Amino acid sequence: MNIKVLGTGCANCRKLESNVKEAIKQLGIDAGFEKVEDMKAIIAYGVMRTPALVIDEKVKISGRVPAVEDIKKILEQK
Amino acid sequence: MFILKWLNNQLLKMEWLSNLVKYFVEKGFGLDIQDRLGGSIHFFIYDIIKIFILLSVLIFTISYIQSFFPPERTKQILGKYHGIWANLLGALLGTVTPFCSCSSIPLFIGFTGAGLPLGVTFSFLISSPLVDLASFILLASIFNWKIAIAYVLVGIFLAVIGGTIIGNAKLESYVEPFVYGNQMAELDQEELTRKDRIQYSRQQVLDIIKRVWMYILIGVGIGAAIHNWIPQDMISAILGQDKWYSVLVTTIIGVPMYADIFGTLPIAEALVIKGVGLGTVLSFMMAVTALSLPSLIMLKTVVKKKLLTIFFIVVTIGIIIIGYTFNLIGYLLI
Repeated sequence: MNIKVLGTGCANCRKLESNVKEAIKQLGIDAGFEKVEDMKAIIAYGVMRTPALVIDEKVKISGRVPAVEDIKKILEQK
Repeated sequence: MFILKWLNNQLLKMEWLSNLVKYFVEKGFGLDIQDRLGGSIHFFIYDIIKIFILLSVLIFTISYIQSFFPPERTKQILGKYHGIWANLLGALLGTVTPFCSCSSIPLFIGFTGAGLPLGVTFSFLISSPLVDLASFILLASIFNWKIAIAYVLVGIFLAVIGGTIIGNAKLESYVEPFVYGNQMAELDQEELTRKDRIQYSRQQVLDIIKRVWMYILIGVGIGAAIHNWIPQDMISAILGQDKWYSVLVTTIIGVPMYADIFGTLPIAEALVIKGVGLGTVLSFMMAVTALSLPSLIMLKTVVKKKLLTIFFIVVTIGIIIIGYTFNLIGYLLI
């Protein structure tokens, strides 16, 4: 699984990043993690509100920071 | 009617809170609130508690409504309209779409890059920080419903006219080229559950309060100072109704200032109590919220200087005209 967090470095982007990392850790899954900060790359995903969560190149969440539990559910659906 | 009036006074104006703080100041501190010091303390405590209560309730409600209008949906809706209707709709959607200045750039690229006319995007960008549902209710609480409605109407008017002028000036070539021609995926709308929306709204309340509490404290502090310590003569000498330059002065002071609308409201409140014209006060609020250095710097990354300058001038002149108009007709509203 390939997980990306899109965001330019605002407070919420950092929060989503740490929540996602925590969720990965708790689930103990093997996933690649990448933080995308380049605006053009973010736009290319069609995202207009940061932060966003991308799993296997699909935007799952944008413009909000879900709790660790909710992120775990999203990751488990895969 | 009596019940409505009572609800308005207790829930919106929070007279119970004013009385409670009055009791506390008079019995607790032994100060008369007609006095300078007692009056300032009363204004400070009452305003801060009132603004924070209203703000929390409002942001929660509004975020819940806003979660149904993500910018991706706004973009789709806007694409279907043309001409001045698109500008009007852009301005209206600007009032409900969640927006903080940190997302202005992706929003700008998303809208303009997707082929929305430049003027429509600017209508949206002007109305978004200027008018929202929270400021509408707070204006009704601090002043009255007529002023709140008037503020919203002129805010939207400014956004429509400003956007139309920029749209008609054919300035597309002054947008940085990288904005266009981005491959942009259509985003699947994620379906939010009610629990998601509640969690999102709660988070918005915390985020916004964390971001603006400082502005509110400063705003209320300045408001309290104006209210009780700065002599009426001094204020009316600079900002009095009869001074032709009052609107110019407040606009020029307001433009470089950066504060949230919630921080400017207590200052506006104190100025109106001191007899400053309604138009003068409104132009101050609009100048502070619609134009700020940080948002201009951010816009600078996507548009060239000429377009930025035109945007700045159009909005400033619009604010000044609105200020003078309100000073002329303001007596109808108070």
